[in-house]
Amino acid sequence: MAYDYDKSIRPGKLPHIWCPGCGHGIVMKGLIRAMDTCGLDRKNTAIVSGIGCASRLPGYLDACTLHTAHGRAAAFATGVKMAKPEMTVICCGGDGDGTAIGGNHFIHACRRNIDMTYVIMNNFIYGMTGGQFSPCTPTGAKASTTPYGNPDPVFDISKLAIGAGATFVARTTAAHPREIDKLITMGIKHKGMAIIEVLDDCPTTYGRRNKFRSVVDMMKHLKANAVPAVAASKLTAEQLQGKFLTGILFQEERPEYCAQYAEVIKKAQA
Amino acid sequence: MAKKVALLQGNQACAAGAMYAGCTFFAGYPITPSTEVAEELSISLPTIGGKFIQMEDEIAAMAAVIGASLTGAKSITATSGPGVSLKQELIGYACIAEVPCVIINVMRGGPSTGMPTGPGQSDVMQAMWGTHGDHAAIALVPSSVQEIFTETVRAFNLAEKYRMPVQVLFDEIVGHMRERIVFPEPGELEIINRAAPTDPPETYKPYDATKGQVPPLASFGSGYKFHVTGLNKAADGFPTTKAEYVDAEERRQVNKVNDHAAAIESNEEYLTEDAEVLVWAYGSTARSARYAVNELRKEGIKAGLFRPITLWPFPAKRTAELAKQCKAIVVSEMNLGQMIHEVERAAKGNCTVVGEFRVDGEPINPGQIAAKVKEVM
Ligand SMILES: Cc1ncc(C[n+]2csc(CCOP(=O)(O)OP(=O)(O)O)c2C)c(N)n1
Ligand code: SF4
Repeated sequence: MAYDYDKSIRPGKLPHIWCPGCGHGIVMKGLIRAMDTCGLDRKNTAIVSGIGCASRLPGYLDACTLHTAHGRAAAFATGVKMAKPEMTVICCGGDGDGTAIGGNHFIHACRRNIDMTYVIMNNFIYGMTGGQFSPCTPTGAKASTTPYGNPDPVFDISKLAIGAGATFVARTTAAHPREIDKLITMGIKHKGMAIIEVLDDCPTTYGRRNKFRSVVDMMKHLKANAVPAVAASKLTAEQLQGKFLTGILFQEERPEYCAQYAEVIKKAQA
Repeated sequence: MAKKVALLQGNQACAAGAMYAGCTFFAGYPITPSTEVAEELSISLPTIGGKFIQMEDEIAAMAAVIGASLTGAKSITATSGPGVSLKQELIGYACIAEVPCVIINVMRGGPSTGMPTGPGQSDVMQAMWGTHGDHAAIALVPSSVQEIFTETVRAFNLAEKYRMPVQVLFDEIVGHMRERIVFPEPGELEIINRAAPTDPPETYKPYDATKGQVPPLASFGSGYKFHVTGLNKAADGFPTTKAEYVDAEERRQVNKVNDHAAAIESNEEYLTEDAEVLVWAYGSTARSARYAVNELRKEGIKAGLFRPITLWPFPAKRTAELAKQCKAIVVSEMNLGQMIHEVERAAKGNCTVVGEFRVDGEPINPGQIAAKVKEVM
């Protein structure tokens, strides 16, 4: 039976703005399935984003949606969650939005371990503005502002999140749609900061400059280089060269921020 | 029963005013000379179940305040010049998305780090024009500890009533000064709460101008699902580039303040009735100006004081009337001449307008204001 996405989409808001072959739509479908699996009440769910192609996602979903300013999703979301902890808070946005201009908010939201799920769509590029390099663009790759190849080193978003203190960190790709909703579901159920990094594709501004002749080529690349984290220990460093680990990368239990602040309130009122 | 009195610092009075107004959320980042506002609220907010959060920077603080306000919480942040500069993009966001919030700016000198512990009044134009794009602004400039309390309460009221950010600016002198304050009883000062939507969730539109110049804002988590964005938008809150929507929305958002400027305006006039020369000053400078006016009167000079408490929208009408009545206006401010441009604009050449400025970190003293008045008379 075909999955009913329509009940989660705001009437009249499609078609979306994304290019044919853009991975963001696959992530949106995964998020919808995850929200359904978790049985979220959309009236009590805030979906918060920054600016960029990926950040347009919330507008399509029937929930409390907040499309903020470039890079600021985690900070707005922190205000929503602190003020109304009973709401489920989901952030989404691109790699540029989350790790360049929004990098500071990203790491501090991880550090606080505030209960939200941040779905970060890493397409290795600034899509919306026409393909300038992001902190996640591979070194050597072509972007509109790296005509001679990218001299910059790359951020590993998941490692960044783990280092900063997120308590659930997972990675998958747009070529693994079932894993997207599985991991987002786990993220939503996790009490604390959950980062779900989804490697996806921007055929329009990244693929065409970097010898991916079609969307299928990009998907094949994502599929071929994804190594489940559980299998990685059996592989040599050489075999792992150029690969990315997928699945749950880190998980721990640590006091959640709003719960910690509830203790502050108790002390203040004692 | 006798009213509660206390000797309070301006910044503490600000925090007390916020609590009186029903504030339940603070987000900020420490900066001199505003930090005591945060410190006070970190103590008092949790006692009523409110929330205090120290964010990673002022941008984050502004973002958190807007996010919290969207859940219905009366929200505030406090900072100083460098922090306000950082907040500007999101102050514009609060303008276009029409999210009530209060921004306290305890002013020091500048630009940049300037003189962190010295007073200044150099953010007064920034309060109006600091964020990009056309927008309305409300900025209040109290000049005593008591007035910081009442103006903070009024800032919340105006923010909720007009659904927008409201700034309260006071210079370091007023912020750090200690004065006796009489606490208003609960119910003594008017408290305005956010208007609830009249439409049910199914038909609610967050920017529906047919509901009035200030359409009601629903809260996240109250049964209403709606979209908020910083893009130009139609009545339903979704992005649009249609010229007629964009134009109508931009104008509505500016007019909702300008059409009610008289109601938002608040000034104090001292000996202006027969004044031949006027001192136009606000904040701590107005305290020196009042002293100067008294001294000048003793010498037989008919001086008066005009002290705006609402700085934006600018008190153009009354300033223009006084310009017709007086021979000269002396605008005194702790900057190199900012509000003087607005005063000149309102005076329309009907009288001489001169400035008495100071940016060396010292307060403007009555003697220098009096000397300037004598110079122009
Ligand atoms: C303050 C600010 N700086 C720059 C921009 C321009 N801008 C808009 S989207 C974007 C990059 C988006 O890239 P990413 O977050 O990776 O998302 P994508 O579009 O690739 O999905 C930039 C630089 C902006 N909107 N605001
Ligand atoms: S430009 Fe790239 S990221 Fe943006 S919609 Fe097109 S394919 Fe997607």
